[in-house]
Amino acid sequence: MKDLFEGTKHSETRHIYSVAELTRDIKAILENTFINVWVEGEISNFARTDKGILFFSLKDNAGLLRCVMFGSLAGAVKFEIKDGMKMVCFGRVGVYEKDGRYQLYVEKIEPKGIGSLQLALEQLKEKLEKEGLFAPEHKRPIPYLPARIGIVTSITGAAIKDILNVLERRFKDAQIIINSVQVQGEGAKDDIARGIKDFNRFNAQVLPREKVEVLIVGRGGGSIEDLWAFNEETVARAIYTSSIPVISAIGHERDWTIADLVADVRAPTPSVAAELVIPRKEDLQEKLTGLQGGLRKGFSDVLAGSKDGLADLNHRLGLAMEHSWVLNRNHLESAVKKLLLLNPAVIIEQSMERIADSVKQMAVRMKHAFALKDSAFRAAVDTLASLSPLNILARGYSITFKMPEGGIIKDAGFLSKGDSIKTRLDKGEVISEVREIVRGRE
Amino acid sequence: MAEIKFEDALKKLEKIIEELEQGDMSLDEALKKYQEGLELSRVCSQRLENAKKKIDVLTKNKKGDFELKSLGEESLEEEK
Repeated sequence: MKDLFEGTKHSETRHIYSVAELTRDIKAILENTFINVWVEGEISNFARTDKGILFFSLKDNAGLLRCVMFGSLAGAVKFEIKDGMKMVCFGRVGVYEKDGRYQLYVEKIEPKGIGSLQLALEQLKEKLEKEGLFAPEHKRPIPYLPARIGIVTSITGAAIKDILNVLERRFKDAQIIINSVQVQGEGAKDDIARGIKDFNRFNAQVLPREKVEVLIVGRGGGSIEDLWAFNEETVARAIYTSSIPVISAIGHERDWTIADLVADVRAPTPSVAAELVIPRKEDLQEKLTGLQGGLRKGFSDVLAGSKDGLADLNHRLGLAMEHSWVLNRNHLESAVKKLLLLNPAVIIEQSMERIADSVKQMAVRMKHAFALKDSAFRAAVDTLASLSPLNILARGYSITFKMPEGGIIKDAGFLSKGDSIKTRLDKGEVISEVREIVRGRE
Repeated sequence: MAEIKFEDALKKLEKIIEELEQGDMSLDEALKKYQEGLELSRVCSQRLENAKKKIDVLTKNKKGDFELKSLGEESLEEEK
């Protein structure tokens, strides 16, 4: 204590800082000294604000460093930061004067030991695996010989060239439909996801025979950063929810992305993806030749199989033919008979016979009719004869005629006194003169 | 028959062979199947020989409907 005031003699030279001054000086020293520092420690008190600012501390067994990470830098962190993680941070030390606090303004944060992308990959992989996105039972078979192949990649990239090259030297029967998307850089993940969804929407709008049957999603080789879009969750989910089977074709053989894990089939390269769905002409030719052989053999087997039955068949065929011949012969004979009957000469002859018969019958009938008429005539003549007035005269009657006209007198009133009359008797006539008229009853 | 998908033709051919192999077919029917099979294999051979490539680009028109535009070989080269 005493010592503290010993230096009073120097009091005129002592400098008293204001808090602000000292803080400013500290700030200047710290901020000029620790401009680009790497510091490692374990994360604690991690928090993310609504605006996306990250607050956390890095600590080890003896110290603690407050850290802050702002906006776009924080957004670029691919993995999820959690308490307890060992991290390496890069940034500058800054002093927050109002609180008298220094902290690390973090520009980069990387997991210790592995790269941050690797960590992000591991984390997403774990998450999606838990959700079942990689489950084998979700994998759909790739159709054999698809008629329509959809490709989600950049039309200017290497992948499409490789795929079209494969098409060129193989069986070109399939229709290739390209949906060109950005495959790296900002927005690539959303573009790729949209490209996959587009094909699914396209399928919902076209006829069944126009549907895309399989998708190839991918790009040519590049750095892990170049391929990163295929490690994004949105791409993984688009592949998972696609109703069209997806073949992933990303980079080279050694590159494995999340998309590869979700895809129904992972092709090591775009060329291999194309080869999976575009068959070799020779293979098909071979298959076809095999089928043609099978067809011939199958048929000849049927032939051989029926060989035993063939003799029987032959016999039955003979019988059937004989039977049919007999039947036919009978038919023929009756037909010939019918035909003969239908011969005009025969018909005429028959008609002539019928006419002759008719004539004969007519003659007989006429003769008979004549006989009948003749006897009737004779009877009539007899009757007529019996009715002749001459016959009556013979029985004592007479007929009187007026003279000179000769009319028969039936009424005395027609005569006058002095008229001459002639009376016909059975034998001879008498001419008389009327002397008196006696009127009879009316 | 010319419109049949190559894959469908192959499948049909395979089915015919299976049917023939089962052997419980009348000779007449077998002959019919055999002829059908020959025709299918002829169609397949033809398709193998005459396959033409068809490359389209999926685009959207102003109304937002999908359209397929044929991709010429040149346009691919130009863009490179």
